[in-house]
Amino acid sequence: MTAAVLPGTAHNGLARGRVELLQFIRDRTAVIFTFAFPAMLLLLFGTIFGDSYEDTGVSVSQVYTASMIAYGILSTGFITMGSGLAMDREDGTLKRLHGTPITATAYLLGKLILVLVLSVAEVTLLILVGVLVYDMPLPDASHWVVFGWLFLLSVIACTLCGIAVSALVKRARTAGAILNVPLVALQFISGVFIHPITQLPSWLITVASLFPVKWMSQGFRYVFLPDEMKVYEAAGQWELGRIALVLGAWCVIGLALCLVTFRWTEKDR
Amino acid sequence: MRYGATTAVDGVSLTVPRGRVLALLGHNGAGKTSLLQVCEGFRPADGGECRVLGLDPIRDHDELMPRLGIMLQSGGVYPWATAGEILRLFASFSANPLNPDMLIDRLGLRKFERTRFRRLSGGEQQRLSLAIALVGRPELVFLDEPTAGMDTEARHTTWQLINELRTDGVSVLLTTHLLDEAERLADDVVIMRAGRVAATGTPAELTAAAGIDLLEVRADSGLKSESVNYKVVETSPGEYSVTGALDAAAIAEVLTWFAASGAQVTAVNSRRRTLEDVYLALIKDNKAGAVR
Repeated sequence: MTAAVLPGTAHNGLARGRVELLQFIRDRTAVIFTFAFPAMLLLLFGTIFGDSYEDTGVSVSQVYTASMIAYGILSTGFITMGSGLAMDREDGTLKRLHGTPITATAYLLGKLILVLVLSVAEVTLLILVGVLVYDMPLPDASHWVVFGWLFLLSVIACTLCGIAVSALVKRARTAGAILNVPLVALQFISGVFIHPITQLPSWLITVASLFPVKWMSQGFRYVFLPDEMKVYEAAGQWELGRIALVLGAWCVIGLALCLVTFRWTEKDR
Repeated sequence: MRYGATTAVDGVSLTVPRGRVLALLGHNGAGKTSLLQVCEGFRPADGGECRVLGLDPIRDHDELMPRLGIMLQSGGVYPWATAGEILRLFASFSANPLNPDMLIDRLGLRKFERTRFRRLSGGEQQRLSLAIALVGRPELVFLDEPTAGMDTEARHTTWQLINELRTDGVSVLLTTHLLDEAERLADDVVIMRAGRVAATGTPAELTAAAGIDLLEVRADSGLKSESVNYKVVETSPGEYSVTGALDAAAIAEVLTWFAASGAQVTAVNSRRRTLEDVYLALIKDNKAGAVR
């Protein structure tokens, strides 16, 4: 026995996060389909829908840019984490790690680092497309503060939900199909693909309001669009307090679900 | 231990003393890997008790893992990371790891250090997997078929490393299908059949307990063997193979029989039974007993 102290959770999580990032960057398929897809979708939508909102001077493309930031985070956090975890469980990565001093928290911290870095890159890319291609003006400092907490709450909520949902994925090759169903459905009802959201039946807006995507996209529209655009939101207001409340609640729900559903191997429960 | 209605491991009792190597033998589905998984804390036992270094592998998992080295049969390594990156990552989880560079050199992985795991051959992946198991300076090592897929040189290096572990007081529990490997490495052998222990002992005890040696006799051809108490088979003209409970008196009796038959005996060779002979005899009676 040695008197040396075992490395802590933060150290192990960071070490794993570094290898997770190397893994991701070297897998070109993952880079193209996970990372570049939202930007490609934004370019496509921006090209198809070139109109402007009356009396505001805001183009549909600029609205899409703001809303697609929510999609980018959702895609990176929910899909990358959900399918990545299912893959790690199936190919024995989790099992091998479980046979080392590493804890579940350190493992998940490594994944969270991957998602955080990817989300920063993803959002940067989408903002660049918005600014360079669609002349979207950058917000002032107070809006960037909102962007900061909104971004963090969004990443954490989506990541935790991705971890929780991965427990439902029996085989890694079906992960994409399973995870994309809620992802695509939520985008259609949450004001990401269809804006203004008031075009939808009120009961559908109520359903969307239960999930984080509606609040994420609304928040990013607050950050990047002029104040007069709030009239196109469901409540006619930006509702920043409610956005923080719902996303915070989803962080707590996601964490609780993770603690209940996380398993190291396919058969350990 | 059960999988649905199938009992994979049943009533197995074994102990690995400190600084000894125990080889777990058995055909595919005999329950070796299932037993290892219980000891490694990957699965709970449905009954009985498992203590590893005095700890419960499930309940005391966090306390136990820093003291164990686990080599899985396959899988679980980042395919896009290089061999060097992977080994250094696993080393970084330990309080006082071995120098990864030393292990890379010892296991002949230096020229693959910058090769991504997915590009390594099966034998190279096995060597890296062994390095991962050893890098944390474990007190007890579980090796599931450690030399499967390795070339001859790598296999000998692995055997040497396992011998060094024993010298350093590390306990080793390994599974293998290579009986010469078990005979060469193990202090103790447990042969499993259909989830139960079929035989246990040191390799010498197991081969001696069989009580049968093979006698190869060269003599005149065409002798009939009905009149002798041992099984005499003429394997080729003038070459006889004698099997049975061949102690000194029996060998004298066999040679007397050759002389009485008027045969000129020109050569006699005795061969001690190997662990493989013992193993094959043990599992022959229960081919249908495979469970998983």
